[in-house]
Amino acid sequence: LVGRLVAVSESDVLHVASLARLAIDPVRLPSLVKELNGILEHIEELNAVETRPEMGAVRSETTGTPIRSDIDGVSVPLALAREALAPLMRDGFYLVPRLGTHEDQGERAP
Amino acid sequence: VSAVAAVEQAFRRADEVRAGKDGLNITVHEDREATRAEAAQLDQTRSNGSLFEISHPPSPIRLGGVAVAVKDNIATLGLPTTCGSRILEGYTSPFEATAIRKLREAGAIVVSKTNCDEFAMGSSTEHSAYGPTKNPLDPTRVPGGSSGGSAAAVAAGIVRIALGSETGGSVRQPASFCGVVGVKPTYGRVSRFGLVAFASSLDHIGVFGKTVDDAALGVQLIAGHDPNDSTSVDVPVPDYRAAAKESLKGLVIGWPREYFTDALDPRIRDVCDEAAERLRSMGAVVKDVTLPHTSLAIPVYYIVAPAEASSNLARFDGVRYGLRITGEGLRGMYEATRSGGFGPEVTRRILLGTYVLSAGYYDAYYRKAMAIRSLIRADFDRVFADGVRVLLTPTTPTTAFKIGAISDPYEMYLSDIYTVTANLAGIPGMSVPAGTIDNLPVGVQLLANNFDESGMFTAGYALERSLNGGNP
Repeated sequence: LVGRLVAVSESDVLHVASLARLAIDPVRLPSLVKELNGILEHIEELNAVETRPEMGAVRSETTGTPIRSDIDGVSVPLALAREALAPLMRDGFYLVPRLGTHEDQGERAP
Repeated sequence: VSAVAAVEQAFRRADEVRAGKDGLNITVHEDREATRAEAAQLDQTRSNGSLFEISHPPSPIRLGGVAVAVKDNIATLGLPTTCGSRILEGYTSPFEATAIRKLREAGAIVVSKTNCDEFAMGSSTEHSAYGPTKNPLDPTRVPGGSSGGSAAAVAAGIVRIALGSETGGSVRQPASFCGVVGVKPTYGRVSRFGLVAFASSLDHIGVFGKTVDDAALGVQLIAGHDPNDSTSVDVPVPDYRAAAKESLKGLVIGWPREYFTDALDPRIRDVCDEAAERLRSMGAVVKDVTLPHTSLAIPVYYIVAPAEASSNLARFDGVRYGLRITGEGLRGMYEATRSGGFGPEVTRRILLGTYVLSAGYYDAYYRKAMAIRSLIRADFDRVFADGVRVLLTPTTPTTAFKIGAISDPYEMYLSDIYTVTANLAGIPGMSVPAGTIDNLPVGVQLLANNFDESGMFTAGYALERSLNGGNP
């Protein structure tokens, strides 16, 4: 990597926000662009460091996360009864608020 | 002391210092009646002759009723776990963290959940849906963060031991700001099962203590392998309290020059100088060392941590936890919930993390950062291989700053400039109060090699005794 990466634009932020399932208030957008570019500018410092592609690669047999034995385990037991986890249940199922997308399909709220 | 007396003392002190929302805003969840009932049950168990058992330490430890406070991002039964976020409003975990289970099995009682920066993202405990926590030593100032509520609970005398969490310094930095001891154990030493994930390769559960001995006891109780956390490492847990009292004679302390640049407040350097001199006078050998990649730690951290956060926080979508805000269709509901539920700092970090992971930028940012992270780790490896047992550095570049004083995100990030290296390398670290500047506490940081918390406790305990005229 050499030189400055591309600065983030308003459309970049909106694209990334869409990927992250975030709605951005248009009023807030310019300041977000400024803040993100400010942070990324500091991060550019890393470009000056020479690295090799294999550096930082995680190897499970040495420095990575230990691999668990490949055997069936027992699920973590619930400390509370299932009925205590949700305000409403029926026939063994949790009742949750209806999504707007389903309301026009003739279904009725419980 | 009975458990009932211990919790009453904690509640009384919390009331005296006005730890609630209308005062210092240290406590965000408590259930006094349930806690009193639990304490009474504990006393009853004890009077029946039953003993508390914990499975891992070298010798049985029984607290017999000690009040502890717990950061709001560690899962507890009976009290909500909301991570200081609106998006987890009303959420109570159906299971408890392994660290909490171990504390309870040893006879501790959780008296409150404490305020924190939202999802542990922050260095001041100003970024909480519950509002900022104030520093008990000067309520116009921040307590540090993100575990500022837990640090303040110990500083205010509500509890002697509290749990926090660390991703970049969120225990050690507030410990320094509040004048208490803060410990981040080695990555893998303490199970993170039940710690709400922020950046999984950097997250740790840590301990605050009024003294080094309190902190050592807290770590002792929660350390050890846990099959529920695949990053937990199965290595023996030494007796930290005994290790703390070992002699300093011949212990080699490294003084890394990169932590003592001209940018450091000279008064903080003076505090570190004095600490080193005290340790030397007790038999330690202090030598200059170099950790050449230190200055890269903050930029590396602010790629790795947001990248992992953007992935971990994807689960908060209005379907499975807490808040749901109706929007147009399923996607509209996701966006409305996440935008309404996350605060500005969390939003900023999710955007940054999504950006650095996005196609075309992954190699340039994330892979590059991970490569440099390995250089930071190698710096430490080299120094410890050269015979250094403990490194001594400042914990923070400043003392506690005024509430609202820092608005630039990157300036706030620099508050962790001396602490993030340990999270990136996975090594243990602690902050020990070592002096004051303008009546505000200053901590020095002690770092050690992987799974050598003992060396850190030895140096920390000796320093604490020396500063207190020979008393712990």
